[in-house]
Amino acid sequence: MKVNILYFAKIREAVGVEAETLEINENSKVSDLLYFLQNREEKWSEYFNDKNNLLRVAINQKIVDVNHSISDGDEIAIFPPVTGG
Amino acid sequence: MNIYIQKEDFNISSLMQELKKKSNSVGAIASFIGLMRDINDGKTIKSMTLEHYPEMTKKTLEDICIKAKEKWKIIDLVVAHRYGPININDNIVFVGVASQHRKDAFEACEFIMDFLKTNATFWKKEHLADGKSLWVDSRKSDDDALNRWQ
Repeated sequence: MKVNILYFAKIREAVGVEAETLEINENSKVSDLLYFLQNREEKWSEYFNDKNNLLRVAINQKIVDVNHSISDGDEIAIFPPVTGG
Repeated sequence: MNIYIQKEDFNISSLMQELKKKSNSVGAIASFIGLMRDINDGKTIKSMTLEHYPEMTKKTLEDICIKAKEKWKIIDLVVAHRYGPININDNIVFVGVASQHRKDAFEACEFIMDFLKTNATFWKKEHLADGKSLWVDSRKSDDDALNRWQ
């Protein structure tokens, strides 16, 4: 299945990608996607191993946890904790 | 209920007028204005860039405002938040709440700001006087501020 991934702020800058479409396995969870991203080049592993719990994931504009299941066509946004206001 | 997410500055007097004119029953308006300051954690800052996730920002702010309306007796409310380049002294955010009595307006205004700080998808990047640029880290005190509403 295909998903659209968006990266924001510090993470977008670190990996040098704003958005991409990925083909992932059926029945994947958020944790599977993060594991896949973590195993790209080194600049990805630094953020996606998430040792310091600084990754937030939203599916179709709603915050989800790592056990959340991914569906075909989902918009998955990955970003650090927010700092507006 | 109006939510404005915009690059350009907002006019505080017109936002206040919008709240005042909503109904003759408005007896109280509480507001909060967040500004860009020149110092953060001891560092001198020249300017800032605010990034956001447009589709989610709007939805999140709407959800927060709906929750506030369920919790307090609110006649109307307005939230305005800027993105893009911001300079010292510029307005960043405005929250205004109109109600019959002040307690509802005061509390709802704080509630909206506390949730906005921890949930609305904005990220600040500070441009320092020494030429460096740094993404702002989230603060534990903002998370703590949320707990009193649980």
